[in-house]
Amino acid sequence: MAEMDTSQQGGHKKKGPGVKKAKKLSTRVDLTPMVDLGFLLITFFVFTTTMSEPTAVRLYLPKDTERPEEQNKVKNSGALTLLLNKNDNIFYYEGELQPDGSNFQSTNWKDVRDVILNKKRTTKPEDFVVIIKPGPESTYRNTVDMLDEMFINDVKRYALVDITPQDLQFVVASEGGGSAPPAGNSGN
Amino acid sequence: MTAMCDVAFLLLSFFILATQFKPDEALEVVTPKSVSTRQLEGKDIVLVTMDRDGKVYFSIDDNNQDEKEVVIEEVNKMKNLGLTDAEKQAFINRGSFVGVPFSQLKSYLQMSPEQIKNLNHPGIPVTDTLNNELQVWIRATVEAFKGKKMNLMVKGDNEAKYPSFKGIIDAFKKNEQFKFSMVTDPEGVPEGTELARKIEKLGAKATDEQ
Repeated sequence: MAEMDTSQQGGHKKKGPGVKKAKKLSTRVDLTPMVDLGFLLITFFVFTTTMSEPTAVRLYLPKDTERPEEQNKVKNSGALTLLLNKNDNIFYYEGELQPDGSNFQSTNWKDVRDVILNKKRTTKPEDFVVIIKPGPESTYRNTVDMLDEMFINDVKRYALVDITPQDLQFVVASEGGGSAPPAGNSGN
Repeated sequence: MTAMCDVAFLLLSFFILATQFKPDEALEVVTPKSVSTRQLEGKDIVLVTMDRDGKVYFSIDDNNQDEKEVVIEEVNKMKNLGLTDAEKQAFINRGSFVGVPFSQLKSYLQMSPEQIKNLNHPGIPVTDTLNNELQVWIRATVEAFKGKKMNLMVKGDNEAKYPSFKGIIDAFKKNEQFKFSMVTDPEGVPEGTELARKIEKLGAKATDEQ
């Protein structure tokens, strides 16, 4: 492509004595930098095309119902409630929240997976359900991350539930006392 | 060398042509990441956008002109807005999205594209349960897409607060729309998790089902 026939021996014979050979400049161009650049650009475009493709997370909402007999009942012992709070804090409790808050514990995004897996291991699969309660100060990312976490840990049953005033009270109380939860420390 | 160079540039031109750069979006939204690899549906999209301040915007795919017409008619009727034909057309035409309460909708639809660009959109009110205006929009949309499948999507910003999202969910629920997608950016599956093991067994399909 970028080369031309510059061979000197080619077809013609050597010129006679005394005839000076015209100095020929090489027409070969070093293509290496161009190819380098080409591949660099390719790499760039390859990455940008595949990475910016947005994906979708499906969420199926339960039907709101007024009648309590139609609502899904959750066995207390199998429930793990996760409260998402501001600044990426997570509080959680297993089963029902004790009035004295003795099972109210705090965790963070790094350890929450262990908390979920731990609960999953120790409960019967048919009873296991995770209840996600995003607080008013939690972000949309927290919610999506937590739903994602359900998927990562293969949690079959989970629900997105509004936070109750009682839960909020505990959250506020534990914030007031610094980062430490009112009772008990990190899950495992 | 020459051959390689040829291939390199052929690939380069292919990728340059095949890349779709993000269209200039009126709203800047940074979506959260998820491990889901499910692709977005491309047709019949009804999109609810939530920006970083939790303000809510509503839009319908521009390819669904007929539905858009029905939606604005319905909204006009339900809320007695008294929109003129020109104002309705403004809703149908543009790469239109609505980010104003009904009280401002009429004046909003009279604005020029430049004015809209500079407008500080107040967002559709959703956090007040008694006055969740998105509910009306969704009701009109459900009406418009009767007999057709619509793809309800939520595109939210990382920093948006949960109450806005809850308002959106409530609006969906009230209209019996229990299924929707959330737009996310793909992310690798963490090593050693149940999902990672599942993927090993089933192949990449495992992350599609979400």
